[in-house]
Amino acid sequence: MPRITEMIKGFLPTLILFFCLPGLVQAAMITDKSFGEEDNQIVVDFASAVDREVAATTENYIVYEESDPDIRLQLERVEVAEDGKSAILYFAEPLNTLKTHVVTIRNLTPATVESVKVSKSYLGYLFSILIGAMLINNFVFTKYLGLCVFFGTSKRKDTAKGMGITFTIVIVVSAVMSWFFYQFILKPFDLNFLQIVVFIGLVSLTVQAVDTVLRKINPVLFNAFGVYLVLVIANCIIIAVPLILADNEYNFFESFMLSFGAGGGFLLALYLMSSVRERIELANIPPTFKGIPIAFVVAGQFALAFLGFSGLSLF
Amino acid sequence: MATDKSSFQLVINGILNENPIFRLVLSMCPAVGISTTVMNGLMLGIAVLFVQVFSSVTIAIFKNVIHPRIRIPTYTLTIATWVTVIDMVLAAYLPEAYAKMGIFVKLIVAFAIITMRLEMFASKESVDASFWDGIGMGLGFMAGMVALGFVRELLGLGTLLGYDVLGFQPLLFFVLPFAGFFVVGLMMGFFNYIEVVYKRSKARQA
Repeated sequence: MPRITEMIKGFLPTLILFFCLPGLVQAAMITDKSFGEEDNQIVVDFASAVDREVAATTENYIVYEESDPDIRLQLERVEVAEDGKSAILYFAEPLNTLKTHVVTIRNLTPATVESVKVSKSYLGYLFSILIGAMLINNFVFTKYLGLCVFFGTSKRKDTAKGMGITFTIVIVVSAVMSWFFYQFILKPFDLNFLQIVVFIGLVSLTVQAVDTVLRKINPVLFNAFGVYLVLVIANCIIIAVPLILADNEYNFFESFMLSFGAGGGFLLALYLMSSVRERIELANIPPTFKGIPIAFVVAGQFALAFLGFSGLSLF
Repeated sequence: MATDKSSFQLVINGILNENPIFRLVLSMCPAVGISTTVMNGLMLGIAVLFVQVFSSVTIAIFKNVIHPRIRIPTYTLTIATWVTVIDMVLAAYLPEAYAKMGIFVKLIVAFAIITMRLEMFASKESVDASFWDGIGMGLGFMAGMVALGFVRELLGLGTLLGYDVLGFQPLLFFVLPFAGFFVVGLMMGFFNYIEVVYKRSKARQA
């Protein structure tokens, strides 16, 4: 795994830079704004101390979602900090924090109107989909999918790596194709009942195409990964991901991130499991539990450990 | 090339000797994911039985016109068609049970057991034998699911099919989702143990 950790290390500074950038080009009076800890709060920071009475008046605020400017959100109260440099806006109902909110404040300095957009960073949102599919909702350990292939190919580390990488490639390609088919053919022509047939057909097609291309272009790679291609089709995850994409109406980038996370999560699960099973081979286990039964018990313990990720929220 | 087994033997073979869950270790996703109650197991068992029987019969009828090189995609599309049928039927007539099973009904299309039986059995045998083999495999899957559901519901909730049997909840642990792994592993070990004991007693008699 060292290569992956290096990739993450290289990726992080770029990410941090991206989040800091909006702060550098901020407008005059309002220096920072974000969603609060609860989902019905917005926190606003001011450049200098403001008149606390003005800032606490709810009539001075207009808040709406960028996509629905006509629907004004009901503001319950505003709490201004002692030094007058920040305020917390409390709303009557929880906000949809995935959407961009526009906050307009009047009379902050006499007779001015200042307007800012509050949103979670979209890149951060995409990243949270990736991490969600990989760890928090790991398809193997918390959704219990793809188990046949999981137990079949986790005996040795080499097989685990080969299967995981092949699977990741196929799932990303097939999920992207499924997204195109769903958005531009199934939905416009009202053919949603054909979802299962179309998605599984696309998966077969991808597997067959990867098989043919790999055989011609790189026979060495084909010898290493060819055997796993057939198994990909018997993996529930490969059909579950397109169905989830269709249900949630994800856009292209979100679909890509979800399928990539699903593949990466499967690779991670396989690698962890194969590391343990290589050691179990040498352990003294009751004969009736040898092989598959003990593997299930180990997988159960992994599932328990992965429950620990459920509290993780990144952005 | 026809099998010499009678229809009864084929059904028993699916339930005991080649039980999909405990013997072939195929289609484990639902066995772990939604075997929390007997009812769930029964419902998904019925769906799988339907898909298995109809796919087996379809392939057995058309086996002579399917080119060997495209047989796997053909099987997949056949299964997908029958899964779509049962998916829509369940959604229309049993919406409550359907909501509980969630995505798993649609995922029957990727269950290894069905493709494997088409490849190993239905593509070689007669329509009649394939029908009974499908029944056997479907019932075997259902039996496995119900057995798991029985253990988990009884030990976790103290109920069976929703009726209160024990009057208290012994171990809530068993109905929690991840416990599926432990229950499947322990039950497999238990069945292996019974087999060992059975063989030993037989050897002693002989």
